[in-house]
Amino acid sequence: MALLEIRDIHKSFGENEILKGISFDLNQGEVLSIIGSSGSGKTTLLRCINFLEIANKGQIVVNTETIFDGNSGEKIKDKDLRKKRLNFGLVFQSFNLFPQYTVEKNVSLALKLQNKENVKKYKNNLKNELKKTSKEDKKKVRLENKEKVNNYKKSLDDNVNVVVNNLLSQVGLVDRKNFYPNQLSGGQQQRVAIARALALNPKILCFDEPTSALDPELTGEVLKVIKGLKDNGRTMIVVTHEMEFAKNVSDKVMFMADGIIEEIGTPEEIFNNPKSSKLKNFLQKSLEEI
Amino acid sequence: MNFAQVNLYLLDGFKYTILIFLVTLIFALPLGLLISFCSMSKFKPLSYLSKIIVWIVRGVPLMLQIFIIFYVPGFMGNNIFAKVDNYFFLKYEIENFGRVFAVLIAFTINYACYFSEIFRGGIQSIDKGQYEACQVLGMNKIQTFNKVVLLQVVKRVVAPMSNEVITLVKDTALANCIAVSELIFQAKEIMAIAQLIWPLFYTGVFYLVFVGVLTLLFNFIEKKLSYFN
Repeated sequence: MALLEIRDIHKSFGENEILKGISFDLNQGEVLSIIGSSGSGKTTLLRCINFLEIANKGQIVVNTETIFDGNSGEKIKDKDLRKKRLNFGLVFQSFNLFPQYTVEKNVSLALKLQNKENVKKYKNNLKNELKKTSKEDKKKVRLENKEKVNNYKKSLDDNVNVVVNNLLSQVGLVDRKNFYPNQLSGGQQQRVAIARALALNPKILCFDEPTSALDPELTGEVLKVIKGLKDNGRTMIVVTHEMEFAKNVSDKVMFMADGIIEEIGTPEEIFNNPKSSKLKNFLQKSLEEI
Repeated sequence: MNFAQVNLYLLDGFKYTILIFLVTLIFALPLGLLISFCSMSKFKPLSYLSKIIVWIVRGVPLMLQIFIIFYVPGFMGNNIFAKVDNYFFLKYEIENFGRVFAVLIAFTINYACYFSEIFRGGIQSIDKGQYEACQVLGMNKIQTFNKVVLLQVVKRVVAPMSNEVITLVKDTALANCIAVSELIFQAKEIMAIAQLIWPLFYTGVFYLVFVGVLTLLFNFIEKKLSYFN
C-alpha cells in the first residue's frame, strides 16, 4: 500500500479553478519532485496537502486512513485540522522562521508546546485515578503522582534536547544553535527551517520551492541536506525549479500544467523521454542556454 | 508663598496627573487589545460595531467626552459620580473623587480606541507566513499568538505607542475642565490665592521630566527588542 494517496483533488479560488483533479500515490521512502511553470498549481497542491488550503473535492489518504474527504461536505474542526496537519511537514520558500527565537528554540518550540499539552493530559489522568483511591491513601498517592509528573516532564525535556541536537547535526548547524535567524545566511536559515519541520517527525515532508529565495551559491547546501534526508529514508514531496536536483534525487517526477498532471514518471521517463508536447516545450525552455 | 510651598502645592496636583496616567495605561492597554480583536473579527456585526465606536471616540474632542461622561448620568437621574464622591469621602476621606473617576473612565475609553488601532496595525503587519509556519507545526491559535506573534507585534508598536503615551501625559491636563485638581488646576489655584503666575509656567518642568523618563524607558525597550527584526 502507498503511504500517501491523493485522489482527484480539486481547488478553486472563486471562479478560478487552480487544481482540476490531481491524483497520485507516494510510497514510503520515495521522493516526488513536482515541476511546471508558475501558475500551474504546484504550490496550491502542496498547500492543500498540508491543509493550509482546504480542497473543494477529492481525498487524501495516509497509511490507508482517509484524513480528508472533500465529498463528505463536513467542515473540519480546528482541533482535528491540527492533528491532520501533523502528518505532514512543510518547508516554505521564504523560510518563515520565528525571528525572536534562537535556532535551537525555533526547532524545539512546537515539540515543547506539544509536550506541555501531553503533561497536562497526563496530570489529568492521574487526577482522575486519584478520585478512585481511598481517603487514607490519598496523601501518599498525591506525593507519588507529583514525582511521576516530574519524571515524565524530565524525560520529555531530555528527549527534546536529544531530538533538537540530532536534527541540527543532520542539517550541519549545531555550532549555530544560539544564533538568531537574522545572523544567518539564507541557506542556513532554510536548513534551520528543515530541522524545524522535522522536529515533530512528520510522515511526509513537503518543500515549496526551497531554494527559490536563495542566492545561487547557497542552493547547493540546502539541496545536499534534502538529499541526505532521502538517504535516511524520508518520504518527501519537493516543488522545485532545480531540474538537475529533480533528475538526480527524485524517484518520481510530476509535471503539472494548468491544474492537471500532464505527465508523471521516473526521472528518466520525464527528462529523457518526454511524451507530451507541453513537457517537451517546458524542458526545452528551462534547459535553454542563453 | 515661597518656592518650597509652591512645589508642595503643585506636587499635590501632580499626584492626580500620575494617577490618571497610570490607571489609563493599565486599563486602556488590555481594553485596546480587546477592541482591536473585535474590529478584526470575522463576525461582521462585531467588527462594524467596534469600528463605529472607534470612529466616534476618535472623532470627538476628549474634553467633550469628559463632559459627556461626567454630566450625562446626572441628567439621566442617576448621579453615580456623586455616589462615588460620597463613598470615597466616607471611606478614605478623599474629596471630590467622583470627578477623578469620570475622567478615568473617559481617558480609558479614549485611549483604548487609539491603542486598538495601533495594535490592529501591528497585528496585521505580521507576515502571513508566520501564521502558516505555526499552523503546519500543529500549533493552535492561542499558542500562535502568545508564543510567536505577540512579541513581534510588541516590537512593531513600541514607536507609535511611545507617541500615544507621551500624548497621554499632557492630555491629563484636560481633567481640569471638570475641576479635577491636577497639576495645571493647582497652578491656577496658586494664581488665584497668591497672585503668582510663574508657577503656571513652571508646571512645564514637571511634564518635561515625566516625559523625559518615559522617553528613556521607551528607548530602553526598543533597544531590548532590537536583537531580531
